[in-house]
Amino acid sequence: MKIVVCVKQVPDTSEVRIDQKTGTMIREGVKSIINPDDLSGLEAALSIKDQNHAEVIALSMGPMQADSAMRECLAMGVDRAILVSDRVFAGADTWATSLLLSKAIAQINPDLIICGRQAIDGDTAQVGPQIAEHLSLPSVAYVGDITLENENNLVVKRTFENGYQLIRVKTPCLLTVLSEMNSPRYMRVGGIFSAFNDGLVEVWDNSNLNLQPEELGLKGSPTKVKKSYTKGVKTAGKVFDVEPKEAAKVIIEKLKESYIL
Amino acid sequence: MEFGFKKEHYLLRQMLQDFTEKEVAPLAAEIDELERFPIETVEKMKNVGILGIPFPKEYGGEGGDYLGYILAVEEISKACATTGVVLSGHTSLCCQPIYEFGTEEQKQKYLVPLAKGEKLGAFALTEPNAGTDASKQETIAIEDGDDYILNGSKIFITNAGYADVYIVMAMTDKSQGTRGITAFIVEGDTPGFSVGPKEKKMGIRGSSTCELIFEDVRVPKANILGKIGYGFKIAMKTLDGGRIGIAAQACGIAEGALNETVKYVKERKQFGRPLAAFQNTQFELATMATKVDAARMLLYRAAYKKDNKEPFSSEAAMAKLYASEVAMEVTNKAVQLHGGYGYSREYPVERMMRDAKITEIYEGTSEVQKMVISATLLK
Amino acid sequence: MSATKDVLVFIEQRHGIIQSVSLELLGIGATLATKLESNLIAVVIGNQVIDLAKEVGSYGAKRVYVVDDPMLETYVNETYTKALTAVIRETNPDVALVGATALGRDLAPRVSSRLHTGLTADCTSLDIDETTNQLLMTRPAFGGNLMATIICPDHRPQMSTVRPGVMIKPEQDKTRKFDIITIDANLKPSDVNVEVLETVYETKKRIRIEDANVLVSAGRGIGSKENMKQVETLAQLLKGEVSGTRAVVDNGWLDKDRQVGQTGKTVRPDLYFALGISGAIQHISGMEESNLVIAINRNPEAPIFEVADVGIVGDVNKVLPELFKQLNHH
Repeated sequence: MKIVVCVKQVPDTSEVRIDQKTGTMIREGVKSIINPDDLSGLEAALSIKDQNHAEVIALSMGPMQADSAMRECLAMGVDRAILVSDRVFAGADTWATSLLLSKAIAQINPDLIICGRQAIDGDTAQVGPQIAEHLSLPSVAYVGDITLENENNLVVKRTFENGYQLIRVKTPCLLTVLSEMNSPRYMRVGGIFSAFNDGLVEVWDNSNLNLQPEELGLKGSPTKVKKSYTKGVKTAGKVFDVEPKEAAKVIIEKLKESYIL
Repeated sequence: MEFGFKKEHYLLRQMLQDFTEKEVAPLAAEIDELERFPIETVEKMKNVGILGIPFPKEYGGEGGDYLGYILAVEEISKACATTGVVLSGHTSLCCQPIYEFGTEEQKQKYLVPLAKGEKLGAFALTEPNAGTDASKQETIAIEDGDDYILNGSKIFITNAGYADVYIVMAMTDKSQGTRGITAFIVEGDTPGFSVGPKEKKMGIRGSSTCELIFEDVRVPKANILGKIGYGFKIAMKTLDGGRIGIAAQACGIAEGALNETVKYVKERKQFGRPLAAFQNTQFELATMATKVDAARMLLYRAAYKKDNKEPFSSEAAMAKLYASEVAMEVTNKAVQLHGGYGYSREYPVERMMRDAKITEIYEGTSEVQKMVISATLLK
Repeated sequence: MSATKDVLVFIEQRHGIIQSVSLELLGIGATLATKLESNLIAVVIGNQVIDLAKEVGSYGAKRVYVVDDPMLETYVNETYTKALTAVIRETNPDVALVGATALGRDLAPRVSSRLHTGLTADCTSLDIDETTNQLLMTRPAFGGNLMATIICPDHRPQMSTVRPGVMIKPEQDKTRKFDIITIDANLKPSDVNVEVLETVYETKKRIRIEDANVLVSAGRGIGSKENMKQVETLAQLLKGEVSGTRAVVDNGWLDKDRQVGQTGKTVRPDLYFALGISGAIQHISGMEESNLVIAINRNPEAPIFEVADVGIVGDVNKVLPELFKQLNHH
């Protein structure tokens, strides 16, 4: 079995802070990490490999700095790490990204593609299903468990807000997985040393994929960012010394304003 | 760029920080409080290869280097010095001498399972009457056919009882003085070998520190490490490397205490301002951080020299001497900056200060380090 | 075929029940359609869902398209993608909106990909640009640190999934006039490569406090173990978890794994609701990075107010019953 796991290197958004003076986002010094849902995808693929014969290939699109994320994948135990990187890819939205990744995946021709449900920087959850659509493959999203039934079928647990379905799906197929499904293994010490000494990160650029200029980057992206802004400086809190009735009103207003109600 | 680091060392450090945060730190207070050996952490270290970092893959190791091993002791000791010493006792005092001085058969039989982490190692030199003056060994080994028979006792032995393999120094020819000492590889289940009660300690309270008792323990000649009479040399060489491990432990404790303090002074308010806003706090922190970094430089240099097969005895001793003093000083200041909370077990700096003291004592006291350093100067 | 200016809303139904996010979308959809001087239309997909189409019309859709087929009984993205794509191709809307549910966020990407148009995920605000008539889709990114407004200038429809609970559901009016139009999506068994073996509904599991989006946290000021029930109730109402201070744990009112602070867990929920917590430094260090902090405490000088976005000076056990009353009313 050949498994491709799509991996994205993302800034650790839990470390991103807003500069309380300027209201801008502070990105310096924020660590780059492998997207948590993708790590669970790697773990899912590697545990299939532990129990069966499988070749696991980590695939990422990103700048050359993502090389370090690919080494992490090698240190965790993947067989190949492919970084799709080219300046002309920059600025791609989920449509263009998924098209690009689908072209790369088509060349690998796997039985199973695993994507993390969503990346913590964009939170779109779109690239996985869109890759499947570009490849005309069946897909199941929000997967919390994978069982290999036989060579041609998987049984997966597809979670919803209030429950789950057990779904049988034919291979080749694509799954998007949740980080709750497992605890990703640590890199092994020996894996880290060999990832740098004997490991190879394959870098593919557009000469490998042959996409047309109008399919690439900003130009190939139906959506554009018109503007972005931070929510601004967190205003100083307010303290209300009021009757319970008024207090409850203040609380409910705040909950509504913050989309909690 | 850290001194001597390659890309893999940064990634290794990242993995170790992740491992320490999730697997080591949550247990640190508990194993100290209960004086409990962190056996489950040993199993976890085994599973990711931490117990065999500097040894080649053909001997069950991870194909890394001494600097990589040092990073592991340092990172783990930031959260838990007990776990740090379990690792350093195993790696630098048991695996390392077998790797350096063992025969191919000994390496296959002992180093492979040790480096894989299937077995845990320990080292036994100190005796009730042979501490800093290690030449006064009273454990005796007498030749008997294909074996030697060991009698005597050892004290303050790290990993005692949990280790499967012990490197034991014993006198084979008293008339030869230090040249009459021989190193033996002793299996933990050999008849006549027993482990005494656990030492009650000030710090590193989760580590198992016990007396070893040898009563007619029969050890085959095949388990002589190096040659007859080479034991003292092996012990001194082993301790040279071991000291880098203790320096790493000391650096880790100091860094852990510094990190805790930085966090605390930003949160804690007095006189309407966070402690971090007071110049006294800022100056204390600056001094602490500078000393910690200086200690780390000495540490990494010693490991670098060892990895590059340069002489490193003096550098290892300097690293241990300075790092252990810094660990004491920094943890002491950390407690002071925490005020009353620092003296309470609710905050980890209280434990760190108790743990720091041992680094000035074991694997050669500070005074021994000064002897080693000055000997190099005056030779 | 050129696009109309219509605004299309996908009506998500599960077992014949319309999901509330879909009704919310009819609310914002009507607003957008007015700004575009066009019509609000809706699509219902399922098996025997004609009755639902009538309900949808009463919430304001001018035309309700129905794809009714036994193969659409249970949601599978292959059949639903084909059905929704067929309706969009038939109606050529300017805007297509889908609820950002576990279903919608699976369906919409496949549809947008098939139609070669843009899709903006999990929007919290939608508007029409007055000069270009483009849909302005605003959404949070970077863990909520950044808001981005996205446009889709050259592809139609402009598609977006919208976060549940953000838009306002319109009033139902059974006198509204609307058309129901059925569309055959030409579904074939060969369209389907998956088989749903079993569907299981679960009552929500207790989740770890580090993972909770909403934490309702109790301190010594809550007064008694008995009063912890009120904390539970508030947590349920806000779909959150219960946590507490060391004092509450030490008193045996709460399990140790629910403790926030120095000797407990560090948490960063969207909402941290502090009830009777004074805010000792050991506690603050475990929760100060929460996105929104609401605190109720009797002592106006309590340090918790320094980190609170909204502070209420008062007795928790008096404010809570009033809050429950108003929440239930809400």
